[in-house]
Amino acid sequence: MATTVHQPPQIDSGRLPETSHSGNGGWRNLVPEDGDLRVVQHYSPPASSTAIWVVLFAITMMFAALTSALVVRKGASLDWRHFTLPSILYFNTVLLLVSSVTLEVSRRRVATFMGGLRSQSESPARWLYVTLFLGLLFVAGQYIAWLQLSAQGVFLATNPSSSFFYVLTAAHALHVLGGLAGIVYVIRKLSKSVLRRSTLDATARYWHFMDVLWVYLLLLLWMKL
Amino acid sequence: MRYNTTPPPTTFIRKHVFSLDHKVIGKQYYALALLAALVGMVLSWLMRIHLGWTAAAIPGLQLLSKDGAPGGVMTPEYYLQLMTMHGTIMVFFVLTTAPFAAFGNYFLPIQVGAEDMPFPHFNMMSFWVTFVGFLVLIAAFFVGDGPSLGGWTQYAPLSAVGSVAGPGEGTGTILWATSIALFCVGQLLGALNFIPTTLDLRAKGMSMMRMPLTVWGWFITSCMGLTAFAVLMPAVILLILDHVAGTSFFVPSNLVINDQLQPHSGGSTLLWQHLFWFFGHPEVYIAIVPGMGIVSHVLITSMRKPMLSHRVIIYSMGALAVLSYMVYGHHMFVSGMNPFSSLAFSFPTLVITIPSTILVLMWIGSLYGSKLRITSASLFALGFVSMFVSGGVSGFFLAQPSIDIMLHATYFVVGHFHMVMGVAAMFGIFSATYFWFPKMTGRMMNETLGKIHFWLSFVGTYCIFMPFHYLGMAGNVRRYSAFVVEYLQPLIPVHRFITVAALITGAAQLIFVYNLIHSRFWGEPAPDNPWEGTSLEWSTPTTPPPHNNFGDHLPAVYHDPYQYGVKCSTGDYVMQASPEQVATVNEEK
Repeated sequence: MATTVHQPPQIDSGRLPETSHSGNGGWRNLVPEDGDLRVVQHYSPPASSTAIWVVLFAITMMFAALTSALVVRKGASLDWRHFTLPSILYFNTVLLLVSSVTLEVSRRRVATFMGGLRSQSESPARWLYVTLFLGLLFVAGQYIAWLQLSAQGVFLATNPSSSFFYVLTAAHALHVLGGLAGIVYVIRKLSKSVLRRSTLDATARYWHFMDVLWVYLLLLLWMKL
Repeated sequence: MRYNTTPPPTTFIRKHVFSLDHKVIGKQYYALALLAALVGMVLSWLMRIHLGWTAAAIPGLQLLSKDGAPGGVMTPEYYLQLMTMHGTIMVFFVLTTAPFAAFGNYFLPIQVGAEDMPFPHFNMMSFWVTFVGFLVLIAAFFVGDGPSLGGWTQYAPLSAVGSVAGPGEGTGTILWATSIALFCVGQLLGALNFIPTTLDLRAKGMSMMRMPLTVWGWFITSCMGLTAFAVLMPAVILLILDHVAGTSFFVPSNLVINDQLQPHSGGSTLLWQHLFWFFGHPEVYIAIVPGMGIVSHVLITSMRKPMLSHRVIIYSMGALAVLSYMVYGHHMFVSGMNPFSSLAFSFPTLVITIPSTILVLMWIGSLYGSKLRITSASLFALGFVSMFVSGGVSGFFLAQPSIDIMLHATYFVVGHFHMVMGVAAMFGIFSATYFWFPKMTGRMMNETLGKIHFWLSFVGTYCIFMPFHYLGMAGNVRRYSAFVVEYLQPLIPVHRFITVAALITGAAQLIFVYNLIHSRFWGEPAPDNPWEGTSLEWSTPTTPPPHNNFGDHLPAVYHDPYQYGVKCSTGDYVMQASPEQVATVNEEK
């Protein structure tokens, strides 16, 4: 066993660029043969922008699994019964699409605000509140759709088609609630003036994804149920 | 902008319980895995004793379950309940948590030169959700009629109909599914931290190809986990709904169980198997790929020269990850799915042996002509290679549907997966423990005890799992709690031999536990770099590393990860963080 006591080499801070911080390893080999360290121009993206893609990928896999389960289950036996989707779903879809627009408006306003291009008197959070309200309205609308279906006697266990309807819409609604929590977080950070641009961008990306996911689910349900 | 904005903790709770420090979270995961491994091992002892001496009463077992083990003799159902818990605990809470979550959490940020993971709160949640998942699973021992008896695969429809299918199939299975759903959440939160840490938080000069092979192992594993656990979670939720909400996802029509017509209709039992194995097969690689990274890292440090090719090892691990999603159907050759699908799944299964073989050739080929330093860590790394080869060879047979029809659900399969993913991954964990313990605790482990532990474990596990293959070829079906059929009775002496071997090998693990605890408090103080390694974990200003890992100055990386066999002021190696210029050998561009 080697037990040589070894002093770790001291890093000569004079050789490092001024702002020494983690997160700029880059994709390429940044150090030339002679061992000198070049000043790195291109920094890695902030971790939250990678992380949000990780989250979206996991959600995609989850709904892909549920979609394939739906297709397999529908083909597995002849007990699949069709039912008409509650029309409020289409109204909810519009709400969610509009909320994406309002979030995009607010994202631009906040960017302008953070860039110091607007006066402090205009609240940059206003459109975020609108988005939050529309999002809550969407979840409430989904809840009304469930109430309407159950009033018609269509429950979770009534038929495999209704089982998948409830599972998919509930899973989506839960993820939308997660997005709303994200918007609340952004509003809080903004009010304390500690909002990071990357946080806002990540939240927006998640919210738009919820939109796309819902349109996909609506098409799936419309075609398959 | 520094990512680690959390100040050093001051209270006991923040320091040791709800800690945001990736190093503490890593150690918490390790402690959980150790606890789970001990529980899983005791369960295997109970099963082995019963298989060797079916009528023997195990003193005290009746206290755990009055109905399951009246007078200390377990019923066939209770045998299956213990087996289910053994499998679930080992696969999820040991083989996934220890090599990936425990060591990955501790060393991934340090090895890439970061101060912490980017989302420490999610990281903390990841551990605590997993811990609650473990408690929920264990709770099944103490509620209702005990844990589920469906096996770790929980095949539908029996897993989806409730207590009519047997003891533990009601509450026990619901607890099982809840535990697994929580586990999935924990692992997804883990991947959420591992992937951005690897991609975005690397120190200056740490290009992707300069990352140590361990980092590559954890990175590839977190990508696999992200895909696999995101599929398992909806599957177990559907299973829970079949239980509690009366849906029929997995239960077919006109199913009569114990003379009772089931109220479900039209579900697909194969659907569960597809969803489960789409997770289940990558899970095998989730258990083993971190071990591959660890073993490569330990072997390189011990043999004082780089691997024949750094890149080939990375690409092979990546190929395993991609292929692992294409082969899952080989678990289902006899499930009744279309026979043509068997062919489609058999082919990639044979293809996946190619990257596995390349990895083995890389390890063995690099060893050739090296001056290997024999330590407990390097011995366990060699043991890993040995187990991976011995267990892997039987995979060639099982990959072929025509042979699998005969060997399916026999001890041949049990021997195969225990060696190739169970024991091999355990050896990876042991190797990593002996290797990194000095850095994690500031104290050395006892090498003599470590070597005794290795030889007893190495010989012992061969004595246990090699005969499994012979039993399987003799037609010994798995999951039987007793061998009353005439053709199985001549095999009982083999089972008794295995039981004795299992008891001795299990007892040998107590040496490890003693070594671990004794060294933690009374071990020899460890130097900063006891194995003369080159990667960044050996460049921390203190041992164990401080709260932000590197003190005031983050390291910059000047060299490829494994620069051994060079002439340098420090000896035959140059550290990644050392700006010293050396005549580099084998540096890959």
